[in-house]
Amino acid sequence: MNSFVIGYYALLIGASCLAAYFKQRQIFLLIFSLTLVSFVTGIVGGAPALRSITIAAGLLALAAGVSYAFREFLIIIAPDGVAKELRTAPLTAAFGMFVIFTYAIAGIFAPVIAPFGEAEVISSAFAPADENMLLGADQLGRDMFSRIIYGARNTVGLALVATSLAFIAGALAGLLAATKGGWFDQFMGRLADVIMSIPSLIFALLILSIFGTSLFVIVIVVALIYSPRVFRLTRAVAGNVVVMDYIEAAKLRGEGTWYLIRKEILPNSTAPLVAEFGLEFCFVFLLIAGLSFLGLGIQPPTADWGSMVRENATLISFGELTPLIPAAAIALLTVAVNFVVDWMLFRSSGLKEV
Amino acid sequence: MVPKKDVLLQIKDLRIEGYSDENWIEIVHGVDLTLHKGEVLGLIGESGAGKSTIGLAAMGFARDGCRISGGSIEFDGMELTTTPESDLRALRGSRIAYVAQSAAASFNPAHRIIDQHTEAPIQYRIQKRVEAQEDAMELYHRLRLPNPDEIGFRYPHQVSGGQLQRAMTAMAMACRPDLIIFDEPTTALDVTTQIEVLAAIRDIVDQFNTAAIYITHDLAVVAQMADTIKVLLKGEEVEEAPTEQMLDAPSEDYTKSLWAVRSFKRPQKERPAAADAVPIVSVKNVDAAYGKIQVLDDVSFDIYAGMTVAVVGESGSGKSTTARCITGLLPPTKGEILFNGEALPPRYQDRSKDQLRQAQMIYQMADTALNPKIRISEIIGRPAQFYGGLRGAELKNRVDELLDLIELDPAKFYNRFPPELSGGQKQRIGIARALAAEPTFIICDEVTSALDQLVAEGILKLLDKLQQDLNLAYMFITHDLATVRSIADEVVVMQRGKVVEQGPKEKMFTPPHHPYTDLLLSSVPEMDPNWLTTLLEERGTDSIGEAANV
Repeated sequence: MNSFVIGYYALLIGASCLAAYFKQRQIFLLIFSLTLVSFVTGIVGGAPALRSITIAAGLLALAAGVSYAFREFLIIIAPDGVAKELRTAPLTAAFGMFVIFTYAIAGIFAPVIAPFGEAEVISSAFAPADENMLLGADQLGRDMFSRIIYGARNTVGLALVATSLAFIAGALAGLLAATKGGWFDQFMGRLADVIMSIPSLIFALLILSIFGTSLFVIVIVVALIYSPRVFRLTRAVAGNVVVMDYIEAAKLRGEGTWYLIRKEILPNSTAPLVAEFGLEFCFVFLLIAGLSFLGLGIQPPTADWGSMVRENATLISFGELTPLIPAAAIALLTVAVNFVVDWMLFRSSGLKEV
Repeated sequence: MVPKKDVLLQIKDLRIEGYSDENWIEIVHGVDLTLHKGEVLGLIGESGAGKSTIGLAAMGFARDGCRISGGSIEFDGMELTTTPESDLRALRGSRIAYVAQSAAASFNPAHRIIDQHTEAPIQYRIQKRVEAQEDAMELYHRLRLPNPDEIGFRYPHQVSGGQLQRAMTAMAMACRPDLIIFDEPTTALDVTTQIEVLAAIRDIVDQFNTAAIYITHDLAVVAQMADTIKVLLKGEEVEEAPTEQMLDAPSEDYTKSLWAVRSFKRPQKERPAAADAVPIVSVKNVDAAYGKIQVLDDVSFDIYAGMTVAVVGESGSGKSTTARCITGLLPPTKGEILFNGEALPPRYQDRSKDQLRQAQMIYQMADTALNPKIRISEIIGRPAQFYGGLRGAELKNRVDELLDLIELDPAKFYNRFPPELSGGQKQRIGIARALAAEPTFIICDEVTSALDQLVAEGILKLLDKLQQDLNLAYMFITHDLATVRSIADEVVVMQRGKVVEQGPKEKMFTPPHHPYTDLLLSSVPEMDPNWLTTLLEERGTDSIGEAANV
């Protein structure tokens, strides 16, 4: 029993007593069950186990605090209408927005933030971290930290372009199919079926090995693979809107297809489409990272998270965690985007109306 | 006087709150209600009066976002506000039953009717499956459903709306409850179907001596069903009295205004006498079909400028299909539509901008007829911009002018979105959108059927005023003969895609009629408590089942 362990339990029990006294039922349950769990882990794992629980709880609290502060910050700087919506955002969504914001800053200002160039060899291979290199060097002696910063720009940027392209193509086709109907609808639907029936990764590998691995080909291939999903969703959402009387009224007024799509259908289907954009972005991002890991994505020396994992994979056998950092960056962004998307899906599903 | 021990339901000072904009707001302000065994109480009031909320509270239930905040609900000696949820669940379905407005939406489409019927008795271990099924068939007999032994084995979509509503009433009776709550059970039905359901409900309530709360906004209906009537307004009781007394001598002003709604009537206009007068719209021998199923058969009628032609008939009679033919959404398979003497292209895509402008449409459901994501100014402004080419200040003036015309304050409504408006206001915006195109002819498709009587009357008066000011011709599609009586000049009666009778209104409302017109006319509930009894006697009791097959 050292002072840390005693302090640890005293804090937990004190907090749960306070929660019980102020009738904060949920907080009490949370803290008290943590206390009980700590008894068990404390006996099994001793003080180090309790330390890691403390660190995890601290990190969580830090993340929650940052998310809360970031949400308040957004509410203050946003215009009134947006601020009202932001107030409904759960902390997870705020956390997601914060992470996306950080990535965006890192990507946009990469040359300013990164201490070295992305292809600059500054040290020996696999040099350990020192005050110059925050995360050590990679297999060619390039600064790992700088490459991660540049990676945000390359990987995320590429995924964004590819998703946007897939989205514009898919959404446009879906809206047209829903509005026009008939043979056009059938044709687009079957075309989407054909593309979706081919396993996506194999399809991408095939096309990339035929046409080479230029950025242009990657973007086109990824857009081609993901646009049918967007098409399906858009067509379904727009299909529900097209049968409304106001669409009939607009048609009888003699409005053209483009007006119908732009003014009448699109404003009524944006919410699920925006949420879908977030989801698609995650898939595209993972696909591009996967292709890079296989050596068919972004080509060296351009920094990219997927290929960084592959190039430094040998380090894992020496018990080093460095190659996992770009992987963690991928995971964190995916989780963050999903948090935000969850919130948007919740809003668009109309559950909040209850 | 009924002895006190017979009291089944006693509600005292009931208060219910609803959650909106992060606040609890009281929506029912202390309503008292006493119901004896075997008694039928009618609850009436416009939408938002709290009728359904009180009806549900009688089961100890509050909708999501609502809570019972005060008062007591005593059912047969049990205090429902403090009874735990598990006991309430045992009560609901077995001793208190609920019949919802739309049976079509309340039945689960994936299960057979009889399986849903027998679920409660089996669940509560009152009957075994076989017994419960036999009992269900017995109830179907009593409710005079066609093929009572077989109908329960169909799926909900395989029977008609009126039959489904009767099956739902049978289902409510499955456990022989002491109390049934009917929440607008006939509002969604045609007049001819409504009669069957009303008669069936009344019979079964009589036979089993069940108490009932009958919620509706239709006075004539409640007059047939209830022993006592309670009038509600904005969550407060206006008055309560036995039915006869309530109908003959209502004491409150609000009740009198409800009673007076149906009195709006305007003089009938005559067709222009000149022999060479050309009708605005002339439907000539039109046939139309959905796929291979023919829905219109040789339909012909004329509409002259400044006149209102009402097209009546039950659902499925082809009223709306005729409108679709005129607007060009459904090209006729035979015949033609003349506009000012000129034949219109059958498909709307082939019509000129000016032809489209002249004929406008107002829809039944203002909710789906206005794009919820577009501001009022643009909804009304778009036709003016599209047809008239108005821009900037000119456009704004025109929109203001139109808002004035429909009696809404431009300053208040200009920048709003449709979901922020009430039902009546939305319907007015729908009218303004039609007027913005400066048409000569407007099709009104059941424009008042989704609205409360007071609001509906306002809309009818507005339409009438606009007709006089702008010399518009209306084609008024409706199944409500009260509306026809108040606004029409000429009437076209349709049945199964054919015009069975047409002529000036006065002539249509005086006998002799075509048998179908007669059926329609006699099916409109009247404000006489004995109307249903008399009517059924005249028709002979067996006609209930046949009414649907006429």
